[in-house]
Amino acid sequence: MVTIADMRTRLSGIADVTVGEGDSPLTVTVPAGSWLTVATLLKEELGCTFFSFLSAVDWKDDGLEVVLWVDNSDARIAVLMKTRLGAGVSACQSLVPVYRGANWMERECFDMFGIVFEGHPDLRRILLPDDWVGYPLLKSYDVDTPYPPYR
Amino acid sequence: MSADTPSRVRTELDYAGAERLTMNMGPQHPSAHGVFRAILTLEGETVVEVDAVIGYLHRCHEKLAETLAYVQYPSIASKTDYVAAMTSELAYVMAAERLAAIEVPKRAQYLRVLVAELQRVASHCLWLGTWCMDMGGALGGGATIFLYTIRERELVLDLFEKLTGARLLYGFHQVGGVRYDVPEGFADDCLRTVALIEERLLEYEAMLEDNTFFLMRTKGVGVISRELAESVGISGPLMRASGVDFDLRRDAPYSSYEDFQFRVPVATDGDCLARYRVRMIEFRESIRIVRQILDGLPQGPISSRPGVKAVAQVRVPKGEMYTRVEGPRGEVGCYLIADGGPRPYRMKWRGASFSNLAVLPYIIPGHSVADVVAIMGSVDPVFGEVDR
Repeated sequence: MVTIADMRTRLSGIADVTVGEGDSPLTVTVPAGSWLTVATLLKEELGCTFFSFLSAVDWKDDGLEVVLWVDNSDARIAVLMKTRLGAGVSACQSLVPVYRGANWMERECFDMFGIVFEGHPDLRRILLPDDWVGYPLLKSYDVDTPYPPYR
Repeated sequence: MSADTPSRVRTELDYAGAERLTMNMGPQHPSAHGVFRAILTLEGETVVEVDAVIGYLHRCHEKLAETLAYVQYPSIASKTDYVAAMTSELAYVMAAERLAAIEVPKRAQYLRVLVAELQRVASHCLWLGTWCMDMGGALGGGATIFLYTIRERELVLDLFEKLTGARLLYGFHQVGGVRYDVPEGFADDCLRTVALIEERLLEYEAMLEDNTFFLMRTKGVGVISRELAESVGISGPLMRASGVDFDLRRDAPYSSYEDFQFRVPVATDGDCLARYRVRMIEFRESIRIVRQILDGLPQGPISSRPGVKAVAQVRVPKGEMYTRVEGPRGEVGCYLIADGGPRPYRMKWRGASFSNLAVLPYIIPGHSVADVVAIMGSVDPVFGEVDR
């Protein structure tokens, strides 16, 4: 069975990947370009088969950050993986080929943050109506933004 | 819409029995357990494709949480999963407590477990009744089992009413502990209620498991493989019915769950019947935990913080935290990012029902239309939590 130490060694061996101090969760920061490859490695090699959630954070001028939480349910190890997309960038690799749960979660991220997941088979709004204007969870979207009821 | 747009083009059917029919189910369908629309593509009576449309109950909880202080949001959190309000509140206050390193007194931790387990019993009662009603008249005359289980759920809600004054949305948890202590005679009422429910569980099982129609409608229907379960991220009883031996109460204990003895039921079939069996055992294990708590409820304060007087009373240092609790429907999680102020910078709500529902498009195709309601009911979605 994979241990935390194994994971740490395997992940920190990859170029540009930093692994945080704590063990629960194991925090992994990757460049946006390796998002899909590291996720594949987590699932295929390190046994993180349980997909918990995928979401994003808007850091205003520093741009968007995408976060992913997966678990190795046999070894009871949780992994939090993050990537910064960079200021003004709103495109990210899709994880649907690896985790099927990413399908709806990425649609929600697209709906709320406007992040375009490249390779997503069916990227459209999920919670808001298709004709909604704007991306509500961005910090630039005001809570009081009027939404005309009749058009 | 003009007549020549693609969606208005009429397709000639060739009547060879090979035509596909698009059927709209919902959003106001009695078996939808809320507002859920499924666009089914049918070949004859068999579903070949499902497009699940959600969001009808969206209230933008995550944006709302950014505008509300840590002392304000917990009572709103209960409106995500309104059938299990106690567990939703818990996920949020735990995230704030862990980030701010706020101690929770032992008595409060035990009370949190007590209400969480009573809530699981109440929630499973509602699930069993509505699910069986969806599957129709063969199960003891339509609404019979529904009325039975609702009768039992009311007893649990009576307990919550004695404890908090509310029957559905409680506002029981607060950062640092709980808001109400148990009233005089609560333990006896509680023990009487769980003993009664435990007895009635045998009646439900006698009604259902000897019923050929029930077995026909659930056995081998809606099979979720272990691989699919984990890849989609379904959790709770659904995941355990698919052979994944994972329960947050045992594997990542919170709120003193490590003090209690209970079994985690696991089944490997992954069908509706397996999900039913897992939940029936969970009923009993919850009752077992309730009895253990009432046996050894520690004395002491119920909160480490004074009652709420000001909105900015709780300040959480900069940081991020993901806490998750085992709700009746699975992993309810709250990913909180704090920036040092009285309000969170970002809050992500991981609703168990959202992920559980996401499995439907993978398992429904190949089943008949009648099985759609059986499968959907076995998933036990609560749309307040799906749409948030």
